[in-house]
Amino acid sequence: MVRRNFMKTLSAVAVTAAFGLGSVTALAADTIKVGVLHSLSGTMAISETALKETALMTIAEINKSGGVMGKKLEPVVVDPASNWPLFAEKSRQLLSKDKVAVVFGCWTSVSRKSVLPVFKELNGLLFYPVQYEGEELEKNVFYTGAAPNQQAIPAVEYLMSKDGGEAKRFVLLGTDYVYPRTTNKILRAFLKSKGVADADIMEEYTPFGHSDYQTIIAKIKKFSSEGKKTAVVSTINGDSNVPFYKELGNAGLKATDVPVVAFSVGEEELRGVDAKPLVGHLAAWNYFMSLKNPENEKFVKMYKDWAKKNKLPNAGTVVTNDPMEATFVGIHMWKQAVEKAKSTDTDKVIAAMAGQTFNAPSGYTLKMDETNHHLWKPVFIGEIKADGQFDVVWKTKGPIRAQPWSPFIAGNEKKKDAPEGK
Amino acid sequence: MRTIGLLLCGWLLSASCLAAIDPALLKPLASEDSDTKIAAIAALAQAAPEEALPVLKALADNSLALAGERLVIVAGQRAFDAASNSEIKPAPVAAEPIGINNRVRRELSAALAALRLFSNERDVRWQAAQEVTLSADAKMLPLLDKALAAETDPEIKTRLQLAHAQASLGSTDPGVRLDAVRTLGDSSDPRVRQLLIPLTEKRGDNWLEADSAVRAAAGTSIRSIEQRLAWADNLGRAFTGLSLGSILLLAALGLAITYGVMGVINMAHGELLMVGAYSAWAMQSVFRAYLPGALDWYLLAAIPVGFLAAALVGVLMERLVIRHLYGRPLETLLATWGISLFLMQVARTLFGAQNVEVANPVWMAGGIELLPNLMLPWNRIIIVGFSIAVLAAMWAILNLTRLGMFVRAVTQNRPMAGCVGVPTGRVDTLAFGLGAGIAGLGGVALSQIANVGPDMGTGYIVDSFMVVVLGGVGQLAGAVWAALGLGVFTKFLEGWTGAVVAKIVVLVFIIIFIQKRPQGLFALKGRFVES
Repeated sequence: MVRRNFMKTLSAVAVTAAFGLGSVTALAADTIKVGVLHSLSGTMAISETALKETALMTIAEINKSGGVMGKKLEPVVVDPASNWPLFAEKSRQLLSKDKVAVVFGCWTSVSRKSVLPVFKELNGLLFYPVQYEGEELEKNVFYTGAAPNQQAIPAVEYLMSKDGGEAKRFVLLGTDYVYPRTTNKILRAFLKSKGVADADIMEEYTPFGHSDYQTIIAKIKKFSSEGKKTAVVSTINGDSNVPFYKELGNAGLKATDVPVVAFSVGEEELRGVDAKPLVGHLAAWNYFMSLKNPENEKFVKMYKDWAKKNKLPNAGTVVTNDPMEATFVGIHMWKQAVEKAKSTDTDKVIAAMAGQTFNAPSGYTLKMDETNHHLWKPVFIGEIKADGQFDVVWKTKGPIRAQPWSPFIAGNEKKKDAPEGK
Repeated sequence: MRTIGLLLCGWLLSASCLAAIDPALLKPLASEDSDTKIAAIAALAQAAPEEALPVLKALADNSLALAGERLVIVAGQRAFDAASNSEIKPAPVAAEPIGINNRVRRELSAALAALRLFSNERDVRWQAAQEVTLSADAKMLPLLDKALAAETDPEIKTRLQLAHAQASLGSTDPGVRLDAVRTLGDSSDPRVRQLLIPLTEKRGDNWLEADSAVRAAAGTSIRSIEQRLAWADNLGRAFTGLSLGSILLLAALGLAITYGVMGVINMAHGELLMVGAYSAWAMQSVFRAYLPGALDWYLLAAIPVGFLAAALVGVLMERLVIRHLYGRPLETLLATWGISLFLMQVARTLFGAQNVEVANPVWMAGGIELLPNLMLPWNRIIIVGFSIAVLAAMWAILNLTRLGMFVRAVTQNRPMAGCVGVPTGRVDTLAFGLGAGIAGLGGVALSQIANVGPDMGTGYIVDSFMVVVLGGVGQLAGAVWAALGLGVFTKFLEGWTGAVVAKIVVLVFIIIFIQKRPQGLFALKGRFVES
């Protein structure tokens, strides 16, 4: 990748030298540059590499069918290396040096927060594809992942339902940073509104990259044996999930006794675990690879072919997951909005994004909300199967509207459901 | 003749000799609605206990499928009719497996356990008796009575009596209740305590349990259960501490040689662990491809491979880089850090940025349940044993072999060792290779409990240095005590304050400790100590 970029720079320099500056702008006018801002090294590479591949695949697909407004898309890939300040630097480079029309990127909330000022200052456009804690609404960002009411709340409602096991006690377990803390704050308020007492909620956090879950599993065991039916809500992020689930399986905590519902565990994360002891544990997402519909079949096949063609590592076993679908949907919606606006100008595209629809691999026609920059999304709850895929056991009737300002956080009722300055 | 017939039956899939099940009973199993499914399971178990067993088992294993209108049990390429249990030829093409959710799964396992209580095999009955205890209630009393009457094995009988007592807690006869409460005092299950507690509580002015003798007995039983629980809790905590200590030790032992004994600040130590862990993964892939029958034993093959691979990387590092930097710690630190980044990128290029899956072999999965609230996982137990073995091997090499003697000689006084003919250069290479190899062994062990990926080393480098520095540079015994001490200390703290605070407290403790005692727990004494 580095070499390819270098060659590109080199040829650009050569072109400049040979034909002068004018021809470069002429060349640039034939393509639309789009930025891809995902960590390809460091701790988040695990999750974000697949998103970069999805973005490149989608761009290649769009180019094959004629590009956008007759112009080819030219991806500019940068590596912010799981380093939050570097995210800001790289996004500045994308916007002011490469002059990209749009950026697809970020995974963790902290990286999103770090690039926000840059996008606001330079009036850029960011598509953020991951489920997050809400409490944010920016004019320059479109959120194609889930807000808490599109993932966390339905999942807990399911656990409290008859089929979910009528849980009365909850363990809120997470990695120690902004997303789990905020989500758990919302969930605690939600549980209280449902009549769950404080003594029946246990909140536990672990540092990033924690790998020894013995104590926590023992605590959960103890907590669950103290009476009413218990369920665990896990917002553990990144590769800590593997030791957590391994320990869970070995400690004999079965899904039938204490079900664990996770918000950051998908097909990709389960590739690193032997899923047999985990059968029956749950995950809540807006897309699963196992969904059966023509759009999804196309999407899965497209990605598998892409992996083979580009010789990705372990190309034989690649999986698709929710943030990948959100990336795919985001890029397509941006294309539609550009074609509607007949321009790549940020403000015009933002205006054209409102109400865009797309036939997503989730099997539903998703709509970008007219005002709040979030997608309407269906919610699925899946049980882990022995092969690491999910069996959908519950779903919403259709896509539901996002509430970026959760009503379960005090003071949010006054906030406007549309970004400032729009 | 009859025996032969029975044997034949067993051979030809026993149930084919049994009566067929009424398809009307089976059909609701395929329903979308959980309530219907649960009712169907109960009805089936009641109507045809023996015939139902294979069908329910298939449902639990996800191998019961709906092919058109009839239910089939899928076994690999073959398919059997669920009603008659006869093979269907050719196997139906479009068979949709029947999905079940946790609620159905729970009911199903209770129903299966109840059926298995009458199995001919002792182990099956024992397992079933344990499962029944989890869900015993008044509804199950007739079943338990029947099972108790038929049971001959004393161990299973005791277990069933507990289940029976649990089920009769709701009896209207105070005498029965009193007996039940007394029997339950022998239990060591926290759930039983939970059942007993209401008996000693008041709602408003009335006792929930009217009979005062039962109340008193319940109090005694609760106390005896609690004693056993507290004991198991502490034992469990000590074990997790020991387990964490053994992991820290395995991660740090290689560093104890390269840094502790040789004085090389090796920032690439974590990546040597990674090499070992990837060797485990590679062996797993090799076994999967060529020796699928022996897949469970790939880990044994991974031990020498991990050692040699990491040792080879270590020897190359020493020969090509570190050798030129002896006596210049700052440059060594920077150079080895560079090597560490290099190795990480190599792993990322070769194996991808994603973590790779290393499965626990079957013999390492699960655990021994000492008490209902104390389960010791096998992988932890085996790793504790493995770390003791590695430690013993290393002690033997350093103290009983010629190489070990040379290593000690060179570290104590390099010029003098050289003078008496010790090839110091080669000893350095071998010692570094040994340290690296042991890091590789640590990596093989880590692959069983943690993530295997290009970045895994960075997580262990801090812990490893912590152990070596705390123990005292140059001291193997120090590393052992430091690892165990840190492990137990961290785990007791974690139980008390949570993981985040525990991590902070441990680091603060180490800073203070190093300030007060820079030489570590155990310090070299005598004239060899450099001032």
